[in-house]
Amino acid sequence: MIETTEQLSCQELVELLTDFLEGALSPRDHRRFEEHLSHCVGCQAHLDQVQTTIRLLGRVTPASLSPDAERALLETFRDWRR
Amino acid sequence: MEAAPRPDETLLVEALRAGDETAFEQVTREFSPVMLRVAQMYVSSRAVAEEVVQEAWLGVLEGIDRFEGRSSLKTWIFRILTNTAKTRAVREGRTLPLSSLAGADDPQEPALEADRFHGPDHPWPGHWTARPAVWSALPEERLLAGETRERLADALEGLPPNQRAVVTLRDVHGWSSEEVCNALSLSETNQRVLLHRGRSRMRSALERYLDQEGSE
Repeated sequence: MIETTEQLSCQELVELLTDFLEGALSPRDHRRFEEHLSHCVGCQAHLDQVQTTIRLLGRVTPASLSPDAERALLETFRDWRR
Repeated sequence: MEAAPRPDETLLVEALRAGDETAFEQVTREFSPVMLRVAQMYVSSRAVAEEVVQEAWLGVLEGIDRFEGRSSLKTWIFRILTNTAKTRAVREGRTLPLSSLAGADDPQEPALEADRFHGPDHPWPGHWTARPAVWSALPEERLLAGETRERLADALEGLPPNQRAVVTLRDVHGWSSEEVCNALSLSETNQRVLLHRGRSRMRSALERYLDQEGSE
């Protein structure tokens, strides 16, 4: 009893995932997280899904101003310069 | 402590002061998409958000002579943007409790539905009922297909504005958490909560799409 640290469940790990990736877990929780992850294929797969999501988000074309708004912006600039 | 202005920023600031149109086009092309997302956190519609971005750029031009480089140009531009957006939100009659922007007061929103895990009566409570699929094993052409990107872009539009802003800045534009906290005036903790919820929703959207596609 004295030696055991409370194990994380998969459900708990999933909610700690962003904190883990951001390096925001306490050293103790970080250890518990890594320990669980090292022997849980389900959580490894979930991590893989989140990392794939992040990678694909990096390829999304950002929404931008409409062409009209961009033209108006340039007009604003030319007016300001005068 | 705020970052010292980068040398290339000094050149950019000088160019803007001198009325260099190419420099203005460059800087607006770089920042306007991000500014649009941030403005959408405050105002009701995309159209109004576009006006806010234009108004903020005018504020940048009017203030550029007074810019002293004590913060980065980026931080300074985003301060002007958020002030412009807040003023506009007030004019629109929108009330903006800070907590709603931060999102920390929202009811708990789990990353995954509870039924993905065994219940308390199971010998393995809180463990996966079924192992999730490994997406990195999927063919790269499928993941990088235009349709996958479009689905993600659509899902991004569907996020609550505060989650959308954080996910866009972090994952689409690759900003650091520190830059996002500065630009959006968020605490580290709130930034992480919004990032977690936003990314979780994006993962779910992708799962719905990939599962439906790959279930044959």
